Amino acid sequence: MSKRRIPSRIFTVLVYLFLYAPIVLLIVFSFNSAKSNRVWEGFSLKWYLELFQDTRLLGALRTTLILSVLAALIATILGTAAAIGFYSMRRRSRSVCLSVNNIPLTNADIITGVSMMLLFVFAIGAFNGSPLSQLLGVRWKMGFGTLLLAHITFDAPYVILSVMPKLRQLDPNIYEAAQDLGASGFYAFRRVILPEIMPGVLNGLIIAFTMSIDDFVISYFTKGSGVTTLAVEIYTMVKKPVTPEINALSTLMFICVFLLLLIVNVRQARQETASSRRKAALTPSDGQS
Amino acid sequence: MSKELIRLSDCVMKFDDDVILDHINLYINDKEFLTLLGPSGCGKTTMLRIIGGFQKPTSGDVFFDGVRINDVPPHRRKVNTVFQKYALFTHMNIFENVAFGLRINKVPDPKDPKRLIKVPEAEVKRRVEEALTLVNLAGYGKRSVNSLSGGQQQRVAIARAIVNRPQVLLLDEPLGALDLKLRKDMQIELKRIQQQVGITFIYVTHDQEEALTMSDTIVVMNAGKIQQIGTPEDIYNEPKNAFVADFIGESNIIDGVMHEDYVVGMYGRKFRCLDKGFAPGEAVDVVIRPEDIDIVSEAEGQLTGTVTEVTFKGVHYDTIVDFRGFKWLIQTTDYSPVGSRIGVKIDPDGFHIMKKSPYSGMFGDYSSYSAEYDELNEGPDEAEGGDEE
Repeated sequence: MSKRRIPSRIFTVLVYLFLYAPIVLLIVFSFNSAKSNRVWEGFSLKWYLELFQDTRLLGALRTTLILSVLAALIATILGTAAAIGFYSMRRRSRSVCLSVNNIPLTNADIITGVSMMLLFVFAIGAFNGSPLSQLLGVRWKMGFGTLLLAHITFDAPYVILSVMPKLRQLDPNIYEAAQDLGASGFYAFRRVILPEIMPGVLNGLIIAFTMSIDDFVISYFTKGSGVTTLAVEIYTMVKKPVTPEINALSTLMFICVFLLLLIVNVRQARQETASSRRKAALTPSDGQS
Repeated sequence: MSKELIRLSDCVMKFDDDVILDHINLYINDKEFLTLLGPSGCGKTTMLRIIGGFQKPTSGDVFFDGVRINDVPPHRRKVNTVFQKYALFTHMNIFENVAFGLRINKVPDPKDPKRLIKVPEAEVKRRVEEALTLVNLAGYGKRSVNSLSGGQQQRVAIARAIVNRPQVLLLDEPLGALDLKLRKDMQIELKRIQQQVGITFIYVTHDQEEALTMSDTIVVMNAGKIQQIGTPEDIYNEPKNAFVADFIGESNIIDGVMHEDYVVGMYGRKFRCLDKGFAPGEAVDVVIRPEDIDIVSEAEGQLTGTVTEVTFKGVHYDTIVDFRGFKWLIQTTDYSPVGSRIGVKIDPDGFHIMKKSPYSGMFGDYSSYSAEYDELNEGPDEAEGGDEE
């Protein structure tokens, strides 16, 4: 190895140190037996034990998981349908739709959160004042429902973004080819289009799920008073004196997200090696004839 | 060549204000190899898509075996298509690709003919193997689509279409993505497959040589209109107008006058020809194929001109000769140096006389000829321009 590469190596190490030092510290202190985050007193699992006895936190965790799974699933169905719709549009309307789709992605969470809260307050007011509410004897209020709606809304653009490239890779005639061979529109979609874009759909699902788990700002504004998510719960706990329980919880969450990301990356790497193998297989001569 | 199978009756296709097909009337016989030939954007792919059911004509009717099929969706038509880029299903192996249509189709139960059942697995297997054997891919069933070369993928696409035993196979520039050598092999093979399975092939191409090699009937199209329908020999020897003469092979097209039957005048001279039936003194287009012209000495020649360009083409020389400002292409094995004065001789059967058409004067002068330009024109046309959307 040449000497010239040493500075670049040092630089790389520094970058990763800055990126991961806080997380490493967090993981280390989650095993600390002391209550303080400044001194190390010895290895202990007591914060994990306490975490699993904290019903408030566990309740929030349960809500978050149910919310994230539901939101991700619904957003994936809607997002995939939307992506297919965009794909079959004419070029100009398609690019307009895609740009509109990208705005929520770049928009600040705080704006999305506040605007959704305003919308929900307005809609709830309108509904509760309507004869329909009296007829059904139902009063609507902020809670899990609004939270779920908000999560689906901000998850869907990510799904669209991850399905779209897969659709673009499709042979333009593939849907027609299936129909030509006798498939009805729905059969062609189920047996041909969906399997062909499945990798993109699954990636979208995983991304949507992690985005939902991760979200604090939008959840904070749309959750109402009855329910709470993990991120919001941690935030409220931090306002009081911090307990290392949060370290333990954060460690667990980090590991979960890390595993999910690992799955996404491994899947992508597999696809890439498969496609490069294809290219390698295409180079030799035509074989028969 | 017997009975009529498909008829397009006064078909018009418009996208917004663009007329893609302009009052098309065409019938296609059972078991024939028919080629729709024309430059990109001439409407040939649109015509194929109308027959396949992927597009509905703006007006006019499509008949299949005497029944109007305008409103029959693609999956209910007895035609199958081989698409330009094959459109294979990459998540299935070769066997499953070919079996796709068979697994959908229902057949009458042999025990109870009123009931429809799935095609039995044993028959699926037998027919897929049969189809793969037909396209020389026996034993490839377990392979993945992406492990095959372009030519092999093309064969799979053909097997996948004919395994359903359609009455008509539609082929949309299926050889466009293959290299020249492979294309020539596949042309012969396609013709063999067509004869072996004995069904109608409707073949779309912009490659006139491909059309001449394979077809029973060629339909030459331009700008949404049929220019000429005929056998390859008819189309080549008796082009109807300057567009056809220029598009099929090379042609010198010269303004002439028909003095009387069998006598045509050009360059102020009279020539014997084999054409008749024109009004005396009628202005006509005279087509002379480059290979029908003999270069002789200046004294012997019916016309004299100056050689301006010579290109060696292997079998022959492409010689460009200036006859009073109008440049002819002559293909001959004799070499004449640039700048030399030569004479030419044309036998009476070397002339082909055409009525004047809107295309008169647009083609047939080799003033702008260069070998390079010719090659540029030969590449596969990717974008079918106006044919899309």
